[in-house]
Amino acid sequence: MKSKRRWKSILTRLRRALSFRKGTAKIGIYGPPNAGKTTLTNRIIHTFVDENEDVGLATEVPHETRRAVRREGVTIDLKAKSLEDPNSDLNSESEVKRKRGKAKLKLDVVDTPGLATKIDFHEFMAYGLEEDEAKKRAKEATEGVIEAIKWLDDIDGVVLLMDSTEDPYTQTNIIIIGNMEARGIPIIIAANKVDLVDATPQRIANAFPQHSVIPISALKGENMLDLYEEMARRFR
Amino acid sequence: MEIKMNLISEDKINSMTVTEKLRFVLDGVKSGDIVVLEGGLTSEEQMKLIELTMTEVDDDFPGIEMSGYPSKKGFLNIRKKTRLTVIGPAKMMHTTKKDKDFISAIISAV
Ligand SMILES: Nc1nc2c(ncn2[C@@H]2O[C@H](COP(=O)(O)OP(=O)(O)OP(=O)(O)O)[C@@H](O)[C@H]2O)c(=O)[nH]1
Ligand SMILES: [Mg+2]
Repeated sequence: MKSKRRWKSILTRLRRALSFRKGTAKIGIYGPPNAGKTTLTNRIIHTFVDENEDVGLATEVPHETRRAVRREGVTIDLKAKSLEDPNSDLNSESEVKRKRGKAKLKLDVVDTPGLATKIDFHEFMAYGLEEDEAKKRAKEATEGVIEAIKWLDDIDGVVLLMDSTEDPYTQTNIIIIGNMEARGIPIIIAANKVDLVDATPQRIANAFPQHSVIPISALKGENMLDLYEEMARRFR
Repeated sequence: MEIKMNLISEDKINSMTVTEKLRFVLDGVKSGDIVVLEGGLTSEEQMKLIELTMTEVDDDFPGIEMSGYPSKKGFLNIRKKTRLTVIGPAKMMHTTKKDKDFISAIISAV
């Protein structure tokens, strides 16, 4: 049985290697609720597609995204002008990087609902929702989690987003990584919210030493070039 | 109030199909038990358990808390060896500290 699974994983890898070349990679933005998945997806769209287009709403209420949203036809172009990092004083360094990375990557980006093992409607009431609304939202959130999991079957690469101010070593993060490894799907960990003073992206790097961890601020647009370069390298 | 713990041997787990395993775990947890699995669940099984849990969340059952040691790389880094997994009702169980070889959880009666 074990070897059957291993064959399956090898076949998946092979199929993926072939499909990658002919088409567009479907990249899933995954992570726990509130990690900043929608904020990141919106930024990717703003930078490479349309300044005024949003895939969804980013709010401080968890489970804001309760349906996966796919945006097709995004071309990540490392030479794009809009990639200037306003908050970086390392412009000369990013200049060097830009010359090195002339890559373009075509992809569909999928913003997914946050993964969780529990959804308590009381949590939404604490954000001021009426009981009925909170229960409805909880129900939709459970469906969202299922949808996010189902999408894993159709995904070619994952950006796993974590909040750098929080403990990264959670069971859901471990499970996502374990599943990607078992399926042979490339994964990049983005340590988000590094603009906050209590952010410790190093803790994420320490927790998952076998993976590349890119510190970013999806909200402020810090360090995005590093992430895009890594995406172009790993998801091609 | 008393809290029941079910400690399941690896042999017993291995004798079950994936569906049986997940049903067994979730039934235990939904009736308020803490379930400890020797040898644990694979990442894929844990993902399926989350999926199954989500179909059964309601006003009284908000879901599960799950904690486990990550699997170890086995022979030639291919075969993975899973390790202990503990699952409990989210209302009762709360993981306070966790690293790759240590789990600390608080269990409270509801
Ligand atoms: N300071 C800071 N806040 C951020 C950053 N990225 C996102 N946020 C904030 O974090 C909150 C959650 O962001 P979302 O983008 O909605 O997070 P999400 O992962 O899509 O959340 P769900 O859809 O609920 O799973 C919002 O208030 C964002 O403004 C960041 O880089 N820095
Ligand atoms: Mg979202």
